[in-house]
Amino acid sequence: MAAASSANLDLTLDVWRQASPDERGGFQRYEMAGMSPDMSFLELLDQLNDRLEREGKEPIAFDHDCREGICGSCGFLINGHAHGPQSGITSCQLHLRSFRSGDHLVVEPWRSSSLPVIKDLVVDRSAFDRIIQAGGFISANTGSAPDANALPVSRTKAELAMDAAACIGCGACVATCKNASAMLFTAAKASQLALLPQGQPERHQRAVRMVEAMDDAGFGNCTNERECEGNCPKQISFSHIARLNRDYIAGKLRAVT
Amino acid sequence: MAIELRSGVPDGAMAEKWSRHQFELKLVNPANKRRYSVIVVGSGLAGASAAASLAELGYGVSCFCIHDSPRRAHSIAAQGGINAAKNYPNDGDSVHRLFYDTVKGGDYRAREANVHRLAEISNSIIDQCVAQGVPFAREYSGLLDNRSFGGAQVSRTFYARGQTGQQLLLGAYGALSRQVGLGNVALHTRHEMLELVLIDGAARGIVTRNLATGAIDAHVADAVVLATGGYGNVYFLSTNAKQSNVTATWRAHRNGALFANPCFVQIHPTCIPVSGSHQSKLTLMSESLRNDGRVWVPRDQGDSRPPAEIPDAERNYYLEERYPSFGNLVPRDVASRAAKAVCDDGFGVGATGQAVFLDFRDAQARMGRPAVEQKYGNLFQMYEQITGENGYQTPMRIFPAVHYTMGGLWVDYNLQSTVPGLFVIGEANFSDHGANRLGASALMQGLADGYFVLPYTIGGYLAEATLPPADGSHAACGDAVRTATGRLERLLAVGGSTPVDDLHRELGQVMWDHAGMSRNATHLGAAKDAVRVLRERFWREVGVPGAQAGINQPLERAGRLADFLEFGELLIDDALHRNESCGSHFREEHQTDDNEALRNDDEYAYVAAWEYRGEDTAAALHREPLEFIEVKPSVRSYK
Ligand SMILES: Cc1cc2nc3c(=O)[nH]c(=O)nc-3n(C[C@H](O)[C@H](O)[C@H](O)COP(=O)(O)OP(=O)(O)OC[C@H]3O[C@@H](n4cnc5c(N)ncnc54)[C@H](O)[C@@H]3O)c2cc1C
Ligand code: FES
Repeated sequence: MAAASSANLDLTLDVWRQASPDERGGFQRYEMAGMSPDMSFLELLDQLNDRLEREGKEPIAFDHDCREGICGSCGFLINGHAHGPQSGITSCQLHLRSFRSGDHLVVEPWRSSSLPVIKDLVVDRSAFDRIIQAGGFISANTGSAPDANALPVSRTKAELAMDAAACIGCGACVATCKNASAMLFTAAKASQLALLPQGQPERHQRAVRMVEAMDDAGFGNCTNERECEGNCPKQISFSHIARLNRDYIAGKLRAVT
Repeated sequence: MAIELRSGVPDGAMAEKWSRHQFELKLVNPANKRRYSVIVVGSGLAGASAAASLAELGYGVSCFCIHDSPRRAHSIAAQGGINAAKNYPNDGDSVHRLFYDTVKGGDYRAREANVHRLAEISNSIIDQCVAQGVPFAREYSGLLDNRSFGGAQVSRTFYARGQTGQQLLLGAYGALSRQVGLGNVALHTRHEMLELVLIDGAARGIVTRNLATGAIDAHVADAVVLATGGYGNVYFLSTNAKQSNVTATWRAHRNGALFANPCFVQIHPTCIPVSGSHQSKLTLMSESLRNDGRVWVPRDQGDSRPPAEIPDAERNYYLEERYPSFGNLVPRDVASRAAKAVCDDGFGVGATGQAVFLDFRDAQARMGRPAVEQKYGNLFQMYEQITGENGYQTPMRIFPAVHYTMGGLWVDYNLQSTVPGLFVIGEANFSDHGANRLGASALMQGLADGYFVLPYTIGGYLAEATLPPADGSHAACGDAVRTATGRLERLLAVGGSTPVDDLHRELGQVMWDHAGMSRNATHLGAAKDAVRVLRERFWREVGVPGAQAGINQPLERAGRLADFLEFGELLIDDALHRNESCGSHFREEHQTDDNEALRNDDEYAYVAAWEYRGEDTAAALHREPLEFIEVKPSVRSYK
C-alpha cells in the first residue's frame, strides 16, 4: 500500500449499507473510476454520494466535520484497519495516493455492541460521553480558580498529560479490540488528569467512577492485546491503561466511590 | 417596527464599567435559580462554557448540538492559542495594551467597552482552564509558556501544542459533562435548531430536528442562548468544519434579531491551496509559520523552474518589500490581499496559479533543520499528508481561505440580541473584533462570553422579566413546529436531480469571486443577482433523496444551504452599503495611492445592523454609532 500513486486511480468499494438501527445491513459494491490521488478518503465518499444523489438514491451516511483529524467524528474500518492502512491518521486524513489503481476497499462501520450502528457508517458513540460524565473532569466551578501560575507543573508531567489529552474520542480503540474494550479511551482521560497536580484530589474516585461507567455501557475487559495502541490515530500509549488500573485498584481499596 | 439600538454600555471610566455593571445587575436569589430554565444552543467553547457555568449557578439548563458529542464542535480545530493579558513574560503587556491592540486590530469598528471587558476577563480564563487540567505548554520551571502570535509585539498567547482549541474545548466539555452527570444539564446531541419560539415578543424556546430519528420537537425555557458559531461556509470552501452553518442565527434573524456587519469576513493567509474540483474544505496551517517562513513568488510570470532553482534576484519577496517593518508578519487581511494581488497579476505558482510560496530554505540555513523540525514538525507533516510534498525540500504552497466571521447577530453590552431573552455568544455574535480579528482572540472571546459574561448578564434579565408560564403546548410552539416541518417537506418535495453540494459550490464560487478578499460595487451588484438566481434554481433543481424520518444528511445540508442562500444576499448588501475599506472589508474604490485600505470614519464609524423584512424585501439598516474615547482612530500602517 505504500507506493504513492500520482496518476488517477480506479477503485472498487464494498460499502456497508444499513438503513436503520434495527435493519440487517449488507455490503454494496461501487466502482469508482479516475479518482484523483490528491483526494481524501472522505472526498472519495463525497464523489460517490454525488453520483448516488444524482441518481435519486440515498447517499452513504457517515459522520464527519473537521476533515483534518481533530474532531474525532469520522472513522471506519477500511479493509479491516481502523482509519485505513496508514498509522497515526484518521480516515479524513487518508489520501488516495496511498492506494493503487485497482485496489479493492471494504468499508464498514466500527463493530461493537456498545457503539451500535445507526445508519450505514454512522455509529452511536454516546457511551463515551457517559464515561466522561461519570468522572472524566476536575470539579472546578467557574470563578473558583487560583492564579494559573500558582501551581507549577513539571514540564515532563505536562507533556505526558498532553500526550494523553490528544485523544479525539473517535472509537478506533474499541473497534480494533477483540474484547471491544474502551480502556484506552477511558485511560487517556483519567491519566491526563492523574498526571497533573490539579487532578489529585479526585484521582482515585475518578478512576473508579469512569471504569464503572465503562462497564455499565457494556464495553469488554482489557486483556492486554494492545491492538488499540497500534490503531489509535493519535498514538495514545498503552501505558496509560496501567496508570488507570493502579488508580482504580487504589480507589477500590479505599472504597471511595 | 421601530427599533432603537441601545448598546447599554454602563457609564463611568472604561476600566470600571464592567465591575460597576456587575454590581448594578439585579441578582436572582439563589433559591430561585432552580425555577429558571435556559436553553443553550451549541456546545463549542462559548456554548459548553456557558451551559456548565449556568448549571453551576443553579439554573436548569438544556444544551443542544448538531454533533454526536459536544466535544466535536468546530472549536476543537483551533490550533494556535488563546490570548490573555497576564504579562507573565514581563514584556510590557497589560489589560490596556490587549484592549488597545484589539480595538486597533479591528480597524476601529468594535465597541470599546466590550473589548475592554474582554481584556479584563482574559486572565481569569487562563486560571479557569488550568484549574480544569488544560495541559498548556510550560517552561522547564513548571510555569506557563507564552508565545507571540499573529505579529503581536508582546508574548501573550497561551497554547497547548498545536491543539489549543481541542484542549480548551475538552476542558469546557468536562465541566459540561460534570453538570450533565449531576443532572443539572439535559444534553441533546444530534439535534439541530430549526426555529426560534417567541412568546409575547420574548425568546422562549426552539424547535429542533433530531438528526438521528427525524423527530421535530419544541423545547421551552425562560431564555435562549445561541452559541452556534460563524457563517464562513457561505463560501462553501473555508477552514470551518463542514457542519458549521448560519441556520440558527438566520432563523433568529428572521424572527426579529438584527444581523450586524455580515460583510466582515476574515480570510486567513496560510492555508493549503485547492487541489481540484473534488475539494471539500480547506486546511489552515498555523500562521506561526510566518515567523520563520518567507513568502515569495517568481518575478517572471509563468516561471516553471523548480523553486529551488530560482535565484534570489528573480524572487519577489513581496511582503518584505512592501512592508519593510512588519515583513512576513503583517496582519492577516494585509497578507491575504497581497497574495491575491500577485496571483491576479499572473505570478501565482502551482498547477492552478492560485498559490504563493512559503519557504523555509533560509530558516533551515539559519537555525538548522532540527530546530525547524522541532518548532514546526507537525505542520510540515500535515502539509505532506495533504499535498504529498516535502516542505523542507521544496517551498510550501499556500493561499488565503475564508476562516472566521466577525459579523453576527447584534448584541448589547449584556450580549442580548434585539429579541428580549435571546442571548448570543461566541463567534455567532458580532461583538468584539470589529472588522478584523487578531489571532488567538476568538477562543478568548468565546470563553469570556460563556464563563464570565453571560452567566451574570442573563441573571439580570431573568430577575426583571415577567414571563408567563408556558410549555410545549403553547400555540407559538405549534406554529414554529409547523414552519419548520413545512420547510422540510418543501425541500423533500422539490424533486430535482442536482445534489445539494453542487449548488453550494456554485454559491461559494460567487461569494468568493465577488464578495471575498477584494470587492467593488459592480462585482457585488452582479453577485447579488447571481445569488438570487441561484436561490430560485435551488428551489427548482435540488434533489433531496430519502425521507424526513431517520438520518438524512442531504436534507440537513439542503436546509442549511437554503439559509445560506438567503444570508448570502444580506452579506452582499452589507458589503455594498459600506462604502469604505476597513479591516477585512476591502472596497477597491476606497484605497490609497499605494493600494492600502482607506477607512472613512466620518461616515462609517458605526455598526450596521440589519432588520429582516421578508424574503423579497430589502433588509432595513439600523446604525449603532461607535465612539472611540480611549483609543483614538489612526491609520493602520505596517510599512
Ligand atoms: C482551523 C481553525 C483554527 C482556529 N484557530 C484559532 C486559534 O488558534 N485561536 C483563536 O482564538 N481562534 C481560532 N479559530 C477561531 C475559533 O476556533 C472559533 O471562532 C471558535 O472556536 C468558535 O467557537 P464557538 O463556540 O463560538 O462556536 P463553534 O465551536 O463553531 O460551536 C458551534 C456549536 O453550535 C452547534 N450548532 C451549530 N448550528 C446549530 C444548530 N442549527 N442547531 C444546534 N446546534 C448547532 C454545533 O454543534 C457546535 O456545538 C480557529 C478557527 C479555525 C477554523
Ligand atoms: S472529520 Fe474530524 S477527525 Fe475526521
